[in-house]
Amino acid sequence: MDKHSAKVITGLTVNGVDTHVEAEPGERLSFSLRERLGVRDVKIGCNAGDCGACTVLIDGASVCACLMATQQATGRHVETQSGLVKSDADAKALMESFQHHQAAQCGICTPGMMVSAVALLRAVPRPDVAQVQDALGGVLCRCTGYRKIIDAVMDAHKSDTLSETGQELGQSARRLDGQAKVDGTERFGDDVAPQGALVVRVIRSPYPSATFTLGDLEGWQDARPGIAAVLTAADVPGLNAFGVIPGFIDQPVLAVDHVRFRGEAVACVVGDAEVIAALDPARFPVEWSPQTTLTEMEEALAEGAPLLFDDRKGNIMCGGFVQCGDAEAALAAADVTVEASYRTSFVEHAYIEPEAGFAEVVDGRLHVHACTQATGMDRETLSEILGMDRADIRVVPTAVGGGFGSKIDVSVQPFLALAALRTGKPVRMCYSRLESMQSTTKRHPARIAVRIGAKADGTLCGMIFDADFNTGAYASWGPTVANRVPVHASGPYAIRDYRARSRAVHTHCPPSGAFRGFGVPQSAIAQETAFDLLAEKLGMDALEFRLKNALTDGQPTVCGQVFDQGVGIAACLEALRPGWETAKAECAAFNAANETVKRGVGLAGGWYGCGNTSLPNPSTIKAGVRGDGQIVLHQGAMDIGQGSNTVIVQIFAKALGVAVTQIAVVGADTDVTPDAGKTSASRQTFVTGNAARLAGEALRGVILREVNAGPDAQIVPGAQGIAVRDGAREQTLDLARLSADAEGYVLLAQETYDPPVKPMDENGQGSPYAQFGYAAHLVVVDVDVKLGQVRPLRFVAAHDVGRAINPLLVEGQVQGGIAQGLGMALMEEYIPGHTENLHDYLIPTIGDIPPIETIVLEIADAHGPYGAKGLGEHVLIPTAPAIFNAIYHATGARVTHAPATPSRMRDALKEAGHA
Amino acid sequence: MGYIAASDLNEALAVLAAEPASVIAGGTDWFPAQGDRHFEGTLLDITRIRGLRGLARNAEGWRIGAATTWTDIIRADLPPAFDGLKRAAREVGSVQIQNTATVAGNLCNASPAADGVPPLLTLDAQVELSSQGGTRQMPLSHFLQGVRKTARRSDEMLTAILIPAMSDAARGGFLKLGARKYLVISICMVGVIVTLRDGILQDVRIAVGAASPVAQRLGALEAALEGVAVTDVGTRVTSDLIEGLSPITDVRATATYRQDAVVEVIRRALLQAMGA
Repeated sequence: MDKHSAKVITGLTVNGVDTHVEAEPGERLSFSLRERLGVRDVKIGCNAGDCGACTVLIDGASVCACLMATQQATGRHVETQSGLVKSDADAKALMESFQHHQAAQCGICTPGMMVSAVALLRAVPRPDVAQVQDALGGVLCRCTGYRKIIDAVMDAHKSDTLSETGQELGQSARRLDGQAKVDGTERFGDDVAPQGALVVRVIRSPYPSATFTLGDLEGWQDARPGIAAVLTAADVPGLNAFGVIPGFIDQPVLAVDHVRFRGEAVACVVGDAEVIAALDPARFPVEWSPQTTLTEMEEALAEGAPLLFDDRKGNIMCGGFVQCGDAEAALAAADVTVEASYRTSFVEHAYIEPEAGFAEVVDGRLHVHACTQATGMDRETLSEILGMDRADIRVVPTAVGGGFGSKIDVSVQPFLALAALRTGKPVRMCYSRLESMQSTTKRHPARIAVRIGAKADGTLCGMIFDADFNTGAYASWGPTVANRVPVHASGPYAIRDYRARSRAVHTHCPPSGAFRGFGVPQSAIAQETAFDLLAEKLGMDALEFRLKNALTDGQPTVCGQVFDQGVGIAACLEALRPGWETAKAECAAFNAANETVKRGVGLAGGWYGCGNTSLPNPSTIKAGVRGDGQIVLHQGAMDIGQGSNTVIVQIFAKALGVAVTQIAVVGADTDVTPDAGKTSASRQTFVTGNAARLAGEALRGVILREVNAGPDAQIVPGAQGIAVRDGAREQTLDLARLSADAEGYVLLAQETYDPPVKPMDENGQGSPYAQFGYAAHLVVVDVDVKLGQVRPLRFVAAHDVGRAINPLLVEGQVQGGIAQGLGMALMEEYIPGHTENLHDYLIPTIGDIPPIETIVLEIADAHGPYGAKGLGEHVLIPTAPAIFNAIYHATGARVTHAPATPSRMRDALKEAGHA
Repeated sequence: MGYIAASDLNEALAVLAAEPASVIAGGTDWFPAQGDRHFEGTLLDITRIRGLRGLARNAEGWRIGAATTWTDIIRADLPPAFDGLKRAAREVGSVQIQNTATVAGNLCNASPAADGVPPLLTLDAQVELSSQGGTRQMPLSHFLQGVRKTARRSDEMLTAILIPAMSDAARGGFLKLGARKYLVISICMVGVIVTLRDGILQDVRIAVGAASPVAQRLGALEAALEGVAVTDVGTRVTSDLIEGLSPITDVRATATYRQDAVVEVIRRALLQAMGA
């Protein structure tokens, strides 16, 4: 039976307060602190000591609260972030320093980082880098790339001297929403449910491919008092399917009679928290009949392989194609050609916050609170699944503890919605790390073949690119990857004769979806490492070769799209030149003196089109002036740590002509904020930023018209309302005479921006994006040729962002992206059924990310707000190929299968002639 | 069923004699293994047992109490033969883990990749097992019987790790090979102890972990290195002398890689211990 045992009363001191807690025997301290004592700043990321988010101090020593029985804390002093920041001088200093350095991005790891840092600073007030790394090595961060955290801890001792340079557009304003992240009050998906909410637990398939029959559900439920509902496919009132691309809405909320991947949902159980905690899912009445499993693309593409979907012949879901000129003829005419093939692996998003949320029915409407990257899409999806009018659904996002693409798709939301509607009670759920890793989307593994040619003078002459992507069991964003890759696979270079084809192949693996870069990081590995081979054959310097072929203003892309301005790749590459020359000399000198460790430098370029590919992609921003003169911005762009809560306000303030501090911000909330689209495709600064600019300009116009002021007049908000200064004339708006709308606004502006794109024809010719952003990375690595270990020593990252709205946020994106690119290059490999936790699936730790120098270039884009371009995904596209090129430079070993684990590296080194 | 925090050893042994119980100290292996399952058994917490935590020196050598944490090891004043164990301590998970995880727990968990085992094997560690019936001792190499398998009976508790006295000239080394810096399960690891006399190796002890179900001492290699000059160590560590390993292919590395890497890691661990 599923039983729970007698509770034990434990007395302990929590943040200075003597208290007691009644907990189950062996209950995790993290659970007791959060659920029984309300200390929700203790975060749970893994329940296995792998992520350190739950770090607390026990009598001054840092400990993972998930690995300690509550009873073990008897009589001990437990300190957590929220308590420390109130009383501890080191914690207060860290709070200031973390804000100053923007060391918190999403904020989910921040409690663990800060608590660990307090323990360090008590022992070592001025630690060096290595001491910080040792002390914080047990806390994983997926956003920052750790360097800002190191800076913040090292600067804590002088926190009182750290001052903000300014808040306006172009200045490194501190995060406007940053305080809650550093003082423990931020509320993430699992932090918002009311006391006593019922809990939802999903029953999942243990098999990747199986048919199943549900047994006696009523009998099972009757035997278990406290279970409020058991939901199956039959309980889905609307469409039992979700997805993100029209025509590819194919994933059942709850499977009907067969499953296509391990971890697929077949039922969910709703009940009292203690009953659900004691539930053994293995006893759920379901009979499985395992079927043939297709894991690799080769198996799925094989003649006669069973089809995952009857109408998707050969298990090919869709494809993409771009062609210009005559690639075969050009390759035949090339003086030099290279041919190469590559494999990449599933990559897990590994945000530290598992999917979580709560839902309730309020006045007949459904409210869903969850961590999400796409409030509008969540609402549309729920509307379809529930057969409910969108107006009856409110999606209120919580803080998001990392997303990187996976939280664009729904996860917990449909289950929460169904359970709340069925029971009429507040319901909550939080995925376990296992569930999160099993059931949510991944980066597509790719198999890529390229042929690239060049003339003797180095001019590119023909490129053919073929890629298959393992799209897993359901569509998710697979069609987007298939579309995007052929457009980007040329890299930011002029190639007149080009043919690129991609296919998305179904397998019985978890759905592959959106992950920072939508397939472009994979294709860049092939193209950028093949470029180095080509340059070598030509006897050309790798940087010169790229510069010779770099796209310039006025040259067509492989899609025939011509940008008359704003093409920044050459500037990015040029910016690396000093570092390139220095590093080459350094490597030569080092290698002359060392045998076991070889040093190499590599570089790679990249580009990325911002926004949806040839599709409408609008964002809307609303702003108003209340009767008391307060300016309010309705900001619906989801901030998942990247900084839109700050950037959008900076843009709006600039357009309106007031200071950032004079604006009150509300949102995101589908009842309150107009749809600012999803946080994906590096579109928020560009697209929502433009909507904010337009809304700011519009509201400015409205205000100025009220007093007949000229266009250059100054808006001066004050305690008495809003004044307008026009030359020597100053007038105060008479807001009292204006009538307020339902939301209390006497003046209002709402603007929408949709990037100007055009469809692509059957050869992919057209205008898929209104703007591209550009990047080039340089990395120096040491390769241990005996053990196959690769250690990056430093990065230089040049990014053309058009206009840096907030330069420190730019650096944060770059450093965090590089950390993910490094992980993808060297260690990250999700193997379904094998690496479903954060100790078998490795992401970089604080000791794995070397110093990163960011060079910010501002080649304004005509479409960008104040010239700004998107950045979020560009930041990791050149990273992996730059590392692989550096490895090749160091050792002559070619990496063709990512990640380059020590095992694979050794094989490659042996092949390159190293003993 | 329930939670018992024993305050003395007799109480703990009585619990173990009466019913099956999960013994926890740091809990750093027990909780992850538990996962999200609901626990219905009895937990015996041994961290409050008087006298069970800490290192003590006596005539025969050293006694490491069962509740001694890795942080205790790092902070202890120990002769250079323990340098390998101290290095291993710093590589156990993270500071958070080291602060609560115990050396004894690392042994009882019996993971092939237990960081503490190779250094303790080189220290010729014995384990002390206590039950109501009495106390027995056995070499660590006998205690560890396989993957997650030890000689501990369910009514017994590992109460101490005993390390015979060693010459102050003996020096320990430890290297762990993993795919990232912190929080990493090793691909393979090596603990060594050597004594140098006039540039000549004596009393060479080498143990390898994560390359067989239980970490192994490499007797043939140890013998071959006895009396070898420090300057020759690099060339004298050869794969043909490495016997008894049976590395597997898993998510961390291939068997071939492990087999190859072990040779190099042994060389480097020896160099480290020799201070070269």
